[in-house]
Amino acid sequence: MSILVNTETRLLVQGITGHEGGFHSVQMLKYGTNIVAGVTPGKGGEWVLNGKIPVFDSVQTAAEFTGANASIIFVPARFAGDAILEAADAGIKLIVCITEGIPVKEMLQIKRAISHKDIRLIGPNSPGIISPPFTKVGIIPGNITKPGNVGVVSRSGTLTYEVVYALKQADIGTSTCVGIGGDPIVGTDFIDILSHFEGDSQTDVVVMIGEIGGLEEEKAAVYVANHMTKPVIGFIAGLAAPPNKRMGHAGAIIEGGVGTAESKINALKNAGIQVAHYPEEIPELIKKL
Amino acid sequence: MRLHEYQSKEIFANHQIPVPRGRLASSPEDAKLIAEELNRPVVLKAQVLVGGRGKAGGIRLVKSPGEASDEASKILGSKIKEIPVRRLLVEEAVNIQQEIYIGMTIDRDSGSTLLIASGEGGVDVEEVARTSPEKIARVYVDPLLGLKDYQARNLAAEIELPRPLWRSFISITKGLYQSYQELDATLAEINPLVITADGRLIALDGKMIIDDNALFRHPDLVEKRDFSAEAPEEIEAQKFCLEYIKLSGDIGCLVNGAGLAMATMDIIQHNGGQPANFLDIGGGASAEKVAAALRIILQDPQVKTVLVNIFGGITRCDEVAIGIKKILDQIKTDIPFIIRLVGTNEKEGREILASANLETADTLQEAAGKAVQKSLEYAP
Repeated sequence: MSILVNTETRLLVQGITGHEGGFHSVQMLKYGTNIVAGVTPGKGGEWVLNGKIPVFDSVQTAAEFTGANASIIFVPARFAGDAILEAADAGIKLIVCITEGIPVKEMLQIKRAISHKDIRLIGPNSPGIISPPFTKVGIIPGNITKPGNVGVVSRSGTLTYEVVYALKQADIGTSTCVGIGGDPIVGTDFIDILSHFEGDSQTDVVVMIGEIGGLEEEKAAVYVANHMTKPVIGFIAGLAAPPNKRMGHAGAIIEGGVGTAESKINALKNAGIQVAHYPEEIPELIKKL
Repeated sequence: MRLHEYQSKEIFANHQIPVPRGRLASSPEDAKLIAEELNRPVVLKAQVLVGGRGKAGGIRLVKSPGEASDEASKILGSKIKEIPVRRLLVEEAVNIQQEIYIGMTIDRDSGSTLLIASGEGGVDVEEVARTSPEKIARVYVDPLLGLKDYQARNLAAEIELPRPLWRSFISITKGLYQSYQELDATLAEINPLVITADGRLIALDGKMIIDDNALFRHPDLVEKRDFSAEAPEEIEAQKFCLEYIKLSGDIGCLVNGAGLAMATMDIIQHNGGQPANFLDIGGGASAEKVAAALRIILQDPQVKTVLVNIFGGITRCDEVAIGIKKILDQIKTDIPFIIRLVGTNEKEGREILASANLETADTLQEAAGKAVQKSLEYAP
């Protein structure tokens, strides 16, 4: 089994008629993901992707007509917060938000508003989820992974590709790879995903890729020490990053001395987690387990 | 985006927060005129977006309009921590009895706004938090409910503010919270908020940082953006939608994706070198964008080697290779390049690089090792 997504996933794409949404929908379909609907307000009734996928005006109607149970969001940042809430209101249980640039206060409100509902929000500013060989809900290139027993969770995009690719080169496969997003406020944190991997029969080892900013990795380290039986390999990006500078991701910033790579690496090591010095060392560490 | 003190105070004044009377001056004549209008001792405050301007001589107390003019002519045009002073805030001087701190920011950990107050203001609050945490009062504001009266009242009580000032303190705290909300700020603070000798509360200094992701809602602020505190190459990079941060090392880096860009800097350091910059060209970059990025890297006189690390997903390796070749045709440079292209159209990209005699690497570790070696060997 994989985590969060599987062949039962019936995906709808919010923003399917846009440039990004259209491109990645084609990629997801090719990979084998079961896309059942698209939503673009004002374009309801159209059919896209060679006439295969119906477009609806709202998530509500799309879900009613197609039984969609997951949504992926590609709409521009100023509308993306609204899109998340629309999906949540329509009863979608898994929402993956790829969009980068949602104002952080909007995310504070959204996170609080859906916190009492049974909804899993991944992102925003996430590359999504891939579970080789058949399901991807996101933008992670399909050809750089192979099926296997390593779960990967990360705050980053291309750095994650680098890691799953290095695993594949070393003939190590991935059970599920989840990008939780590079924003300061995201729907799902490391601990949520680690607990899923701990309970997943297909996953034997977990790779956790963190970066500077916040205290998520430190909290995850405590969780691993107290609750995980499966081995975890860590990597933290940003040892060479200066303080008080946002390193590309909105969440990647050392503020008031909080969020340094040193602090995170120490926390992981104290929890008994092996920490790789660079991405390509991760497969070597896994092989030594 | 950080606002100037005068901008923050304008916003505060619009939210019923008392601020000293005063105005902005851009010439000694202006300063003199404002001092005459105020008709009492005034403070001249350099409007530069750097910390510690008081210690650097950017704040002066003067007793007469003539003195205001003389001092203003000294500060205007001078530099504070490399930033030229173009404007001064000229304000009435205030008799200070006590300095307080009040500020609010996003608390990632709790997913709410954290309000902090301290009876010891005027100093670095992070320092107070480290050395005497008991002097810091905290409340967490629910993002859906907003700030409630009792929360502001609890802060007043906890910092032992005299009871006659509670009403004013609550009004100021709520005004600050409204400013913070309306402007999509990620930080708003009054430091110091002072109790005057005649028993009033007044905001002596203000700081606000606006969420860059919310600037589309504040075009008026974007228009007034002050770039003087930002590195020119970082401003140039923004024009091309590149994320560039200048660092102190000598290996220039060009990478797609923020996490991978950080990891590339780290692996250079791991191999004994130092990165000259952080640079993320984003996803799906065109050859033009790659060329613009390289131009910015090569403008840095410290750069002795360039390391390009691309993991192609939506970014196409051949497009990156075309951009590299293009810039090397335009700019004659003997600075060595080490290029690693993996992913979409990798083969086509490598062919383009081979035709231009550029050195490539297969793994990130190999690329970093080679780049550090080249940077040590390089002699201009």
